[in-house]
This record gives sequence, structure tokens and C-alpha cells, in this order.
Amino acid sequence: MPFLRILVLRLLTTGITLAGVAVIVFFVIRVVPGNPIAMMLPPGATEADIARLSALYGLDKPLVAQFGIWVAGVVQGDFGTSITTRQPVLALVLGRLPATLELSIMALVIACLLGGAAALTGTRFRGGRTEGAIDVANGMALSVPDFLWGLILILLFGVLVPIFHISGRVTPSLDLPFTTSFYLFESLIRLRFDLWADIVAHMFMPALALAIPLAAITGQLLKQSLKETMNLDYVTLARTKGYGESRVILREALRNAALPTLTLVGVQFTFLIGGTVIIERLFSYEGLGNMAIDAVINRDLPLIQGIVLLFAVIFTAVNLIVDLLYTVLNPRLRHG
Amino acid sequence: MSFLSIRNLSVRLKKGPPLLRRVSLDVAAGEVRGLVGESGAGKSMIGKAVLGILPPSVEVTEGEILLDGIDLLTLPQAQRRRRIGALAALIPQDPLTALNPSHRIGPQITDRLVDILGWTRADADARARNLLAEVQIADPDRVLRSYPHELSGGMRQRILIASAFAAEPKLIVADEPTTALDVTVQKQILKLIAGMQARHGTALLFVTHDLGVVSKVCQKLSVLYAGMVVEDTSVADFYAAPRHAYSAALLAATPKYTDPSAGLTPVPEVVIATVQAEVAAFDRGQAHG
Amino acid sequence: MVDAKAIDGRSMIRRRAGLRLWLSAGWLAVLCAVALLAPWIAPKDPLAQDLFLGRLPPAWVQGAEPGYWLGTDSLGRDVLSRIIHGARVALTVALVAGTITCLVGATLGLMAGFLRGWVDIVISRLIDIWMAFPPVLFSILLIAVLGPGLMSIIIAIVVIDWTRFARVVRAEAMTQGAMDYVASARVAGRGRIGTMVREILPNVLPTIVVLLTLEMGIAVIVEAILSFVNLSISTDDPTWGGMIAEGRTSVHQAWWVLVFPLITLFLTVLSFSQLGEGLKDRFDPVLR
Ligand SMILES: Nc1ncnc2c1ncn2[C@@H]1O[C@H](COP(=O)(O)OP(=O)(O)OP(=O)(O)O)[C@@H](O)[C@H]1O
Ligand SMILES: [Mg+2]
Repeated sequence: MPFLRILVLRLLTTGITLAGVAVIVFFVIRVVPGNPIAMMLPPGATEADIARLSALYGLDKPLVAQFGIWVAGVVQGDFGTSITTRQPVLALVLGRLPATLELSIMALVIACLLGGAAALTGTRFRGGRTEGAIDVANGMALSVPDFLWGLILILLFGVLVPIFHISGRVTPSLDLPFTTSFYLFESLIRLRFDLWADIVAHMFMPALALAIPLAAITGQLLKQSLKETMNLDYVTLARTKGYGESRVILREALRNAALPTLTLVGVQFTFLIGGTVIIERLFSYEGLGNMAIDAVINRDLPLIQGIVLLFAVIFTAVNLIVDLLYTVLNPRLRHG
Repeated sequence: MSFLSIRNLSVRLKKGPPLLRRVSLDVAAGEVRGLVGESGAGKSMIGKAVLGILPPSVEVTEGEILLDGIDLLTLPQAQRRRRIGALAALIPQDPLTALNPSHRIGPQITDRLVDILGWTRADADARARNLLAEVQIADPDRVLRSYPHELSGGMRQRILIASAFAAEPKLIVADEPTTALDVTVQKQILKLIAGMQARHGTALLFVTHDLGVVSKVCQKLSVLYAGMVVEDTSVADFYAAPRHAYSAALLAATPKYTDPSAGLTPVPEVVIATVQAEVAAFDRGQAHG
Repeated sequence: MVDAKAIDGRSMIRRRAGLRLWLSAGWLAVLCAVALLAPWIAPKDPLAQDLFLGRLPPAWVQGAEPGYWLGTDSLGRDVLSRIIHGARVALTVALVAGTITCLVGATLGLMAGFLRGWVDIVISRLIDIWMAFPPVLFSILLIAVLGPGLMSIIIAIVVIDWTRFARVVRAEAMTQGAMDYVASARVAGRGRIGTMVREILPNVLPTIVVLLTLEMGIAVIVEAILSFVNLSISTDDPTWGGMIAEGRTSVHQAWWVLVFPLITLFLTVLSFSQLGEGLKDRFDPVLR
């Protein structure tokens, strides 16, 4: 019962948060100077033309009424129509979402692998120079944000040793047999490893740039938590059973040490997703973030609203999933 | 030849004071040796040294630990762990912290049998079931599927005892295996360990500060003070006539288990002064020698 | 043996911590001096274009032109002079935006954490809402609303980043508020606001100073990101982010246009955060 109550409470606060985001976005962007309608029309359009088009997009009504119409639409799954492309916002946004999701998840995987490796190596050789070196590397990786790592990676592996692509999601000349926008996933399913390799060569650097700070935080926290766990009685007992130190770390300590790290990785993962906006821009990767920046530049109000709201939904969903995962992975809570 | 033979073992805090001072003791195959002394005397330290789990903050400065004739301290870490894992086992003090909270009970008993000793899964599972029956756990199958937090302290200690006997070790170190339990359970667990030890013929190094328990379980006894063995004798001789003043005082201080109402008499200060003088003399000898 | 190594490692790390504190403070001091003296020490006019001198390489590379130490960009503007003048914008944003963000965020966090009640509820909910925004997109949106310019950047940073302070200070104030010394101050007759300012604030101050240093580094990055998407100052004014944006497009033809501003930005951001980390170690052992 208490679990259910916590869940209901969580959903309620999530609802409030999303509503808050919707209100703020809606009203903030109405203050944007520059009339988007005037920007759409060719120069020399008359006042009457502008008024007609404004009415078409509902921009002539009072703000509160506009908000009401928008919310009513959103609740029914209608996010309005993009002013620049004149397509439904929902379709546009969902068309780009897979690219951003694939990028974020690849970054998350890279971060967990790098961070995990750093933490395990640091724990295995704790107290020595290896651990010191790992701490220094972690500190560096943490100090510098993804934007700068992206630029550094572009210089190193795009220009100096050009082994990866530095812009786009896939080589444009390739022809893609895909029916969804989950290119990475679908190329695997269709066993088109040539395409898959091309997509990875495009994604790897932006994903790595996003992953480096998260890897550092994960590594630091996991190592600290592992070192504490290594002093616990059940770990000592496992040592007397004949297991080597590496086995003891992996089998006995890792799982328990990973739990406290997990909650933090959840919050950090939302930061990572937020970082895709600028990283996609930097690598000309056709995802949501890149589309968002274009939308701002073009004053495409309905599109901006849709994208920001989608980001907010993703963030809150990630936090919710992490909390559930924590419960599932912790046997004490699972049965409690 | 004793199965376990500790020769002149000295351990100290790194760059710090000594914790064990040339400790020697033997445990013959199938024999039970009690290890008593006040808190902080170094009893657990001896057990940890034998099992290769000394904390990283201490170092061995001299001596040898012969397990079945081979000095553990000269073996490389991996080999030492394997040898200890095959020949010895630990029954820990606190059953609440000695089981991994995220693994089920079953694998915690059987994994080493499969991973390290090369048993088949089926053999290991059968073994675990038999052992749980032997430690008088009513529903072994259910318990094997449980997580530690679902079981009581007494239950968990039974499991840890079963687990210690799983690989049929020749030596078990039991470090105050009942102090963390409540009094009614203590007696059952004690009886259980004694019974298992007798049936399996395992040598047992039994760490305790309760001389009453020693008289029931042990054949041999070492008394420890400040990391120094002050008495090494058979239990019968000890109760008849302890040789060292400190152990005599310790014996006098122990309430008779026949008369629990008798209060605790502290060890007289004169005796403490004598034994402390001995420790100081020892340290001086070390410094000059 | 193992022991000696561990102790060596530890003192090595401590020595290195002192070193990094001095190195980062030193770099920032140099940068401040450069920013203040920019008009006098910059070898060229940062805005002067010369299309005949476009994409000159740095002085030590074949084909360089004397006087243009770090080369020129595609419009023939001197890279070194632009970096020097760019330091003005970067440091102004770091100091002003960092300080205002700190004041706003710390005040709100202190109030939420110590006064609790509805103040806390409102502020916490606001923090939740803020955390649901992608910060970069939010800042770009704000600049679109406010129009480009130094003021807008500063406002955007304050509006977005106050939660960084509020979250941490709130938690800290809550812990401090539960301690005995606070209760005794209250018993001694201090009012709630008085207690907050006189008793709690001094104890959370080390944390705030550390966060402030980190925030300055973040502000520099935000300014660079906004310049990068072409929303910062006017497009001619030299900013590191603007230079990086230009360098990114011509990276295959003229790597130096990207590399030198990037190195400067990297060192500056690293210095701010290492300064923060160093202060954290020095000030307050509990923080780590
Ligand atoms: N991990 C450790 N690091 C440093 N010193 C330790 C450590 N563990 C124990 N010691 C010290 O070693 C000495 C012996 O400790 P030990 O645990 O062997 O005592 P004990 O005889 O088992 O006592 P108790 O009856 O309380 O368990 C004590 O002085 C203790 O402070
Ligand atoms: Mg002990």
C-alpha cells in the first residue's frame, strides 16, 4: 500500500511539474519579439494577409485563450502545426525523437562502460598509483562540459586523425531502406551491418562527448561506493572462500555498490539528454535538439512548445524509471 | 604434525604498535582449540591471519602460518586464497552482515563449490539441501530461494555454519559465533557447532571470551593478553590449575555456568600490572634483539 | 612496501591539490590582467578585416605573416587580438552572472531550507519545474526573447542556473537548521531571519563560495555556447564562442581559428572548476 501511495504522489508531482513547464514555455515564447507570421510571408505582404494567417494559427486571440486552446489540443494529442514547415508538430517531433534517443542511449552505454571500468580498475588497485591516475582523469573529465569535449573530439578524430565523421547522422549518399527513424536499431535488425557501421561512425563522437562527464561522475561515485563495500563482512567472507580479488569485486561488491550510484546516474542522465541540444548542433546531427534551435531561430512557436514539453516528459520519465529500477534491483525493497 | 601451526607470528599496525607478539599455537586435526582473552587482545587478528583476511592497515613482521604443512605467508596471494578456500572456512561473528544482501541463500552456499572446487550444480545443490537439514532448518528448499533479509539472525547463523562446512574443510575458524545472537539462540547454535565439528571431524579454532563456553566445547586453550599468548594448555589442565596468574584471575572472574547468579569479579590490578610488565619486557627484548 | 606507496600516493595527491589551486588561480589572474589591459596589449585591432590576409597560419607555420602570432580568420582578423578581447566578455559574464546567480540562488535556497513551510514548498516545486527544462534550449529561448547582448546573457544565466545554488544550499541549510546551536540561538532570543543570517549563513558560506567558483566556469561556457549558436553579442564583437563557431566551419582549412580559442576556453573552464575543487578540499573536508 505505501508503495502505491508513493507512486500516486510521484505521478501527481510529475503532473504539476509538467503543467508548470507548459505554462512557462507558453508564456515566455509569446514575448519573443519578431512576428513569426510576418517572417513566413514574402516581403510586401499586406496587413490583411498577416491578419488572415494569424487567425489561421490562432495567434489573434488573447493569450489566455490561446493557452486554453493549446492545452486542450495537447491533451488530445494535437500539438498544433509548425509555422515554418506547416506540418503537425507531433509528427515532426516524433520523427526526430528516435535520433536523439539513440544518441542519448548510446552515450549512456558508453558512460556506464567507461565509468564502470574506471571504478573497477581503481578499486582493484586501490591505494596505488593506478587509482591516483584514475582520480586525476576523472577530475579532468568532470571539470569540462560536453560542449568542449565535443570540440576537442572534432579536432582529434575528425581533423587530426580523421577516423570518424564529424557531421550528420548518416552519409547522405547512402540509400536507406528504413521504415522507422531508429536507424541504429533498425540497421541491426535488418542485418545491414554496412549501414550500421556508417551510423555508428557518425554517432560515436557526439555520443562520446556527451558520455565523458557522466562517465567521470559514475566512475567516481561507484569507486567510492565499491571501496566502502569491500570492507563489509560478506565480502571478507567471500575472500576466505578462495575467490580472487577481482572476482570478489565483481561478484560480491559490484551489485550492492551500484545501487546508490544508480539514483544519481538517473539525474545525470537527464543532464546528458539536455546536453544533446548543443551537441547535436555541434555535430549537425539531425535530432530534436538541432530542430529546437532552428525552431527558436525561426520563431516557430508551436514547434518550440512541443519540443520543450517533450524534453520535460522525457526528463520526468527518466527519473520515474530510475526510481522503479531502484526498487526492482533492491531485494529488500522488492519484498518489503 | 598439527594441521594448523602458527609459529612466532607478529603483526603490527603499519609503522605502528604491535598487535600480535610472537604468537604460537597449534590445532591438531579434529581438535578444538579455544582462544580467549579480553576485548582487543588480538583474538580476531589471529583468525584473520590464518584465513588471509588481515586488514590492509596491518602487516606481518615475522613468523609463519603452516596450514597442512605449507607456510601461507610465503604463497602468492591468489594461491594462498585458493589453498585457504580449499582447506579452511570461517564462521563469522555477525550473521546479519555476513551474507550478501543481493544474492539468494542457495548460491551463497553452492557457488564456491561449483566455481572453485569444480562440483556439478546438481551435486552442489544436493549438498546445500543436506547441510541445511543438518543444521536443523525445516524447509531447506524455501530457505535456499530466500534473500538474507527474509530470515532471522539465528537462521542466518545456521546458514553460515552450513556454508562453512560445505566444502568439508579440515579447519574452521569460529570468531565469537554466538555473541551477536540472543541468549536463547546462543545455546542452540553452540550445540550445533559442537555437534557438526564432532561429526565431521573438523579442527576448530574457537574464538571467545567466555571461559564457560570453552569448558563445554574445547580440548585445548590459548589465553591471549595484548597480543601475547600467556597460557597454552589443555582445557582439563587449565581448569585444574592455570599456570599463569592472569589466566587464573580470568578463570576466577568467570561466573560458573552452574551458578549464573554469581557476579563477575574483575581481574585484580596486581595481576594486570604483572602481565603488562611482561608485555613491556617483551617489547624491550624485541627492540634490542 | 604497499604501505609506503599508498602514503606516497596520498601526499602526491595533496601536493598536486595545492599545485592545481595555484596554477588555476594563476591562469585566471593572468586572464583578468589581459582582459583589463586588452586595448594596450592586443597587437592588432580585433575588428580590423583584411581580406588579403585571410586565413594566415600561426607565426611558426610556413606562409605566416609577421605580427599575426596565432594567424588570422577567414576575414583576416587577428586571432590573438580577438582572443584577448574575447576575455573581456568571458570574464564579465563569469563575474557578473556568477555573482548574481549566486545571490539569487543562495537566498532562495537558504529560505527554503531554513524557513521550510510553504516557502519551501513553492521553491522546491519551482526547482522541480526548472530541472525539467533542458538548460541549453532554455537559455537559447531566453536570448530569443530578450534579444542578443551582454545583459541578456547575464539574465539568462541567472534565470536558468539559480537552481544549482538553491538545491545545494537548501539541503545544507536543512542539515544546519537541525543542529543544536541553531536551537540555542533561538532560545537566546534571536528571530528567525536573524538566526538564518547570523547562524546558518556563515556555516553554508564555504559551500556557496565553492559553488560560485564552479558557476563562473559554467557561465563562461554558456556564453560560448550562445555565441556558438550565434545568439550572444553582436556577431562582430570578438567572443571565444563566436570564434569557435567560425573555426568549426573552417576547421579543415584553418585549424588555428578553432584551436586557439578552444585551448583558452578549455584552460579557463578547467581553472574555474579546479579552483572550486581546490577550495572545496581546503575549506571544508565534509563537502567531499
Ligand atoms: N582493521 C583494523 N585496523 C587497525 N587496527 C585494528 C583493526 N582491527 C583491529 N585492530 C586492532 O587490533 C587489536 C586486536 O583486535 P582484535 O579484533 O583482534 O581483538 P579481539 O581480541 O578480537 O577483540 P574482541 O573481543 O573485541 O573481538 C585491537 O587493538 C584493535 O584496535
Ligand atoms: Mg574479535
